[in-house]
Amino acid sequence: MEVPILKQGAVLIATFQAALSDADLNQLRMGLVQQVVRFRSRAVIVDVTAMDVMDSFASRTLREIAHMIRLRGAETVIVGIQPEVAFAMVQLGLTLEGVATALDLEEGLAYLNEKFKTTN
Amino acid sequence: MAKRDGTSTFPESRQPEEPSELLRELVAHLRQNRTQLREEWVVRITETRLLTAMTKEEIFAEATSVYDSYVEALETEAFEALQAYARNLSERIIPRGVETHEVVGIVLLLRDVLARSLFAKYQTDFKKLNRILDAYEPAANRIANTVAVGFVQERERVIRQQQEAIRELSTPVLQVRERLLILPIIGVIDPQRARQLTEQLLRGIRTNRAKVVVIDITGVAAMDVTVANHLVQTVEASRLLGATVIVTGLSPEIAQTLVTIGVDLGKMNTVGDLQGGIEQAERLLGYKVETLAEPR
Repeated sequence: MEVPILKQGAVLIATFQAALSDADLNQLRMGLVQQVVRFRSRAVIVDVTAMDVMDSFASRTLREIAHMIRLRGAETVIVGIQPEVAFAMVQLGLTLEGVATALDLEEGLAYLNEKFKTTN
Repeated sequence: MAKRDGTSTFPESRQPEEPSELLRELVAHLRQNRTQLREEWVVRITETRLLTAMTKEEIFAEATSVYDSYVEALETEAFEALQAYARNLSERIIPRGVETHEVVGIVLLLRDVLARSLFAKYQTDFKKLNRILDAYEPAANRIANTVAVGFVQERERVIRQQQEAIRELSTPVLQVRERLLILPIIGVIDPQRARQLTEQLLRGIRTNRAKVVVIDITGVAAMDVTVANHLVQTVEASRLLGATVIVTGLSPEIAQTLVTIGVDLGKMNTVGDLQGGIEQAERLLGYKVETLAEPR
């Protein structure tokens, strides 16, 4: 399943679909980093609004994506985690530590704007 | 197990009766002497100072229905019906402040009163008395048991109901500024309430698009390890929704619990009191509060 990746200026926006297989996630991990390199993006927003469940593999993949992207000097923000999903995640100890999060796309972009302003 | 002895001072018993015949016989006796036995029972109840929360008239009324149910249970052995009756009775008298030991007490008193009456009636025929008691005792014991259990079940039902009501005293999630929510928690938190609070808060964060939440636990005296963990999880889950949580009003006991369970205080933002918490939240959100000139 292809995950659509849109470009918004210096930001890439990847929108996860509801049911992503482990293979999809692996593919995405490489794909996103390649896009960051290609477009010299400064940030990636991963929108997981459509995900109604987040297992440990998905959670770990997100953290790895964030780490890999940081190695390219770019920031990752995960947005759109649903309340039920957030609750289930913390109970399993999946806290996405070290990765920025925001309520939704709008908040994610606002966060990045702030960040770019202060670092410029 | 009677000894056969040559002389007989007692009238010879006939062929031993069936247990059910015996039961019928003693039930008939108890019904015949209803008024007198019931009166005797009520006197005993008053003497032993049971049911002090009820008036004499109330005791009499309840005693009548209990007596009749007791005798009927002896007769029909319909213990489910008796249990239903007991729960019903309990529903009436629990709000009156009647306690378990009182209910058990009066049932045992009735058991005694009736047993004595049987002794009195059959004292001249020892063998028959034994057979009567053989029929009476298991049934009487079962009745006492059934009534006590029915009473306790009703009490437990009331407790569960009250717990549910407490849980539903919904803790409001309040928006006090744009993007700022306050969750004031008061009272006892059990794991179920904690879970409910978390779900409410997360939904509130999404609905109100909150960036900062102040959870005030001034009104919470103590928290066990399970609930403390829940609090930590609530903070982490809120972060996943992009909100920062500030916890205020930790009592010394709760602070101790958190340290004991090894909460990473770097992960938890805490401030002494609610006022301080709101002030810090405002700073985080970029609000500045100014005092205007005195209004005339």
